Formats: sequence, structure tokens, C-alpha cells
Amino acid sequence: MLVFALRRAFQIVPVIIGVTIATFLLAKIIPGDPADMLLGATASEEAKEALRLSMGLHEPAYVQYLIYVGNLLQGDLGQSFTFAQPVATVILDRLGNTALLAVAAIILAAIVGVAAGTWAALKPGSLRDQSLSVVVLFFNSMPSFWLGLVLIMIFGLHLRLLPVAGMQSVGGGDGVLSLIAHMILPSITLAAWSLATIARMTRSSLLEVINSDYVRTARAKGMRESRVVLRHALPNAMPQIITVIGMQMGFLLSGAVLTETIFSWPGIGLAMYQAISTRDIPLIQGGILILALAFVLINFAVDVLYSYFNPKIKL
Amino acid sequence: MTTVIEQTVRPARRWRRALGGILDNPALAIGLGILAVIVFAAVFADWISPFDPLRANPLARYKGVFSGWNLLGTDELGRDILSRLIHGTRYALLVAIVPTVIALGIGGLLGMIAGYIGGFVDTVIMRFFDIMFAFPGILLALGISAALGPGLSSMIIAMVVVTVPAFGRIVRGAVLQVKEEVFIEASHALGFRARRIALRHILPNILGPAIVYGTLQTGRNVILSSSLSFLGLGPQPPAPEWGQMLSSGRTALATAAHVATIPGLAIVVLAVAFNLIGDGARDYLDPRFNKQRD
Repeated sequence: MLVFALRRAFQIVPVIIGVTIATFLLAKIIPGDPADMLLGATASEEAKEALRLSMGLHEPAYVQYLIYVGNLLQGDLGQSFTFAQPVATVILDRLGNTALLAVAAIILAAIVGVAAGTWAALKPGSLRDQSLSVVVLFFNSMPSFWLGLVLIMIFGLHLRLLPVAGMQSVGGGDGVLSLIAHMILPSITLAAWSLATIARMTRSSLLEVINSDYVRTARAKGMRESRVVLRHALPNAMPQIITVIGMQMGFLLSGAVLTETIFSWPGIGLAMYQAISTRDIPLIQGGILILALAFVLINFAVDVLYSYFNPKIKL
Repeated sequence: MTTVIEQTVRPARRWRRALGGILDNPALAIGLGILAVIVFAAVFADWISPFDPLRANPLARYKGVFSGWNLLGTDELGRDILSRLIHGTRYALLVAIVPTVIALGIGGLLGMIAGYIGGFVDTVIMRFFDIMFAFPGILLALGISAALGPGLSSMIIAMVVVTVPAFGRIVRGAVLQVKEEVFIEASHALGFRARRIALRHILPNILGPAIVYGTLQTGRNVILSSSLSFLGLGPQPPAPEWGQMLSSGRTALATAAHVATIPGLAIVVLAVAFNLIGDGARDYLDPRFNKQRD
């Protein structure tokens, strides 16, 4: 497994370099003078010229890229003019909040998704199996921000059961309970798409192993169907299910942009949304870079886990 | 064998059989039915919408559903929501279908080149795709739209860029599979030129998976485009674009919930239609997959 991990780690190096090239190019495709864009319309000519020099805008593109990477390695992601702070500070302050929401959502999606998928696979073709397909279809066809609005409307505005914005109540937080209450609706919103995907994949990977010989043997022994599925089929379908869950984790980090915007959740996504309206490109660039790197690293971790659970996999 | 039989069937009967196939597949039929209604609304929007979608009426703001002639009420500027919804079908279909077609063209070409030529070219193209896959789609699309400046064309460019790699991979995989078939070997043996083999023999055989994936991607594009619009990166106000309508109606959620929820519902319906068509097309074009699922 260690060899696998090292080999896989070696493979992601070019991907990470590619990611930095792509985020570097984002600033290059801005129409017009990047200095205007990056500093905002109000900046002085001197400040713009200083930025042009520091970014090496008078240099050839590859030098500019090397300067960009050099800055990244020193933790310099540029300056956000929306927040009047370094981009790295803005992101670091909010990374925890985004991760908290994403982790809550993945736990919800994994538990409910695997349970629903297993429940449907117990009786393929039955009414409950078909109703799961319908639910999956709707969850996969629903923009998360719309689901968020509907949840806010029902649970926040009509039933007045749950808070609908931010992380803590106005006028001082009441600690963990208040935080959990604030997390419920955003987590459901963020989890919906992944939950449907995980349920669908659990169902199909279970149905695949259910046709194996050892499952037939277990049934021939007269074992109860639920026990056959839970004890024999599910553990063997697990590697595939774990891969899907891991991939969803990465998507959840990016789905945070929409969910955080709807629920005013103070994470990277909300900051990026605020950056869109002011065209604060360095912040958007930095947010994309950090979330993409997180995505790459999570996928790496999932692959290593996968090889641990499934030693047949060789690179 | 099947191709021989199909060629002998008269065109009229073939159509009838295709129609029968669609009706046998309720998901496909429902999806196509919904899409037909939406396409009808888009084509005849100028005739069927009761009001001008852009005409504001400050005296009739936030009218509820079924209030007089405004069947679905009015929005924050007193504009008729139904008329905006009907005109919005044009944007919705445009931003769902156009990026899919362009991405299918570019991705398909790259995938065919990678799969057919192989070797170094294949490695370069696939590594490029790997890097693109390192970005969660919506994030990269958000970055590209924001950098190019909000608007319809930058949104379409962004959507094309983020969806090209998936099409490339699908087509490359299909090409690699078809390349091993005996009839391709025979074409080589007959001395056909590479271009002829690629266009006349490989292309027709990879269209199935490409079409299925394209339809499913169109459904995802409905959501991706409305998400970008919701974030303020799509067509700008006062354009009657669904994601944009939802975004601007969100401020009045407590008093006039229908302003934001109705456009959202329209997005869901369109996405459901494309997903049903995609699933149906997969069952229809690839019966093996159907059996596997059951």
C-alpha cells in the first residue's frame, strides 16, 4: 500500500502543476488591462504600475507564471480588494467553515444514501425500488440553490423551526446547539445531489455482487435475505461505494459556493460569491486554486483507501 | 445480422417501429413530451405569452398566483411571470443545448484523435484532460465566466471548457473498443486510408454512447447554467433567464415566494426531461445496459 501511495503521490505532481497553470491562465484571459481588474477601478496609476511590475506583466508569459508560482510557494495568493485583505487570509479564515459544512453533508449523504440504496437493492423492481429511482431522478435534476430556497421557505419562514442564515444567532451564539441548528438546512441542501448519487451507486454495485457465487451459496444455506445483503454483499460492494463517497466529498467542497450563498454561511464559497459582483479576480482565483487542490488531495486519499480495501488494484 | 434486417425494412415501417420503441419506454416518452412542450413554448413565445416579458408595471408588483390575467403572478417590477417563463425557455434551451453540441464536437474530435492515433498524442491529450478533471466543474466555469466578464457568451465558453474532457474520455473509450473489432481489421486489410476508416467505420459506431452521454450532459447543463446565472454570471437583467429570475426573486421569499420558486420549478422540469430522455436513450440504444440494471 505504501508503494501504491508513493506512486500515486508522484502522479499527482503534474496534475497540481497543471492546476496552477490553469488558475494562472484565468488572470490572463481577463479582457483589457489586468491591473485595472485586479486592483479595482479606484486604484491609482502608481499602484497599477507597481502591480504590473510585481506580476511581471512586462515579462514573457512563462516568467509571469514562474513569478506566480514563486508567490504561491510563499503563501502569497494576491490581494483581495473586496475584503481589503490578502487572499490567503480571507481563505484561511473561512476554510474551516466550508470544511465543516462539507463534512456534515458527506456524513448525511453517505449514511442516508447507502441505507436507501441498500433498502432498494433488497427488492429490485419493487415499488420502493422504483420510488427510489424517482427520488434520485428529482434530486439529480434539482439545482441545490432551489432546494435551499424551498427548505428556507418551509422550515424557516412558515414553520419557523430552524434558522436560515449564518452560523450563529444574532446577539451572541448559544454554542454548539445553535451551530447544529444552523447547519441542518445547509447540510441537507448540500447533501441532496450526492445523497442521490450515492444511493444509486450503492444500489447498482450491490446488485452486481448479488449475482456472485458466494451470495448464491449464502442463500442456498437458507440465510435470510437481509442478512445475505448486509453480511455478504454489502462488504464486497464497499470499495466502489467508498470511491463514490470520496468523489462526492470533492464535489461538495465546490457545491458550497451555491449553498453558502443561499444560507449566508461564512465560508470560502460565500466570499467567492461576493467577489463575483465586484469582479475581485484574485480572490476567485485563490478560492478556485485552494478548492481544486483540496479536491485533488481528497481523490488521492480515496485512491489510497481504495487500494487498502481492495488489494487487487495495482497501479 | 441486424444491420441487414434493418436495411430491408421500409422507411415507413421503421419510423413506426421507432415510435413503438419510444412508447414502450415510458420514461423516454414522458421526457420527450415535456421537451416538446418547452420547445413549442420557445418557438412560439412571441405569440403565446400573454404579456411583454420586459414590461414593468410598478402598480402591480408581487401579485400572487392566479391574480387576474397574470396567471403566475408578477415579479418585483410588476412583470408577468408566466410571460417571462415562456420567453425564458429560449435561454434555457440555448444554454443547455449549444454548449453540449460544441463540447461534443471538440471533445469528440480530441477523443477520436487520442483513441485512434494512440501513443504520445494520446498521452498528451489525456494528461490535459486529467488536469481539467482536477477542477470541480462549477468552480472552473465560475472562474472562467468571472474572468471573461458576466454574460451569455462567456457563460457558454465556460461551460464548453469544463465539459469537453468528459466527452473526450467517453469518445476515446468508445474508439478504443471499436478499434479492436474485426470489421476495422478488415478495413485495414483492404487498404483503406486512416481518414476513411475513422469517418466511415469508427464514427458511426461511437455515435450511440456519444448521444446518450450528450443528452445526460444537457440535463446537467440545465443545472450548471442556472447555477452560473444564479451567481450573477449569466445573461444580465432584465433578460428573462430562469436562474436570474430565481436569484432576483429570492429577496421576497417571505412575502412572495412564487417569484423565486416558480422559475426554479421550471429548471427542475427541464432537467428532469433531459435526464429521462438520456436514461431512455441509453436503454433504447444499449439494451445490454438495461439488462445489467435489472
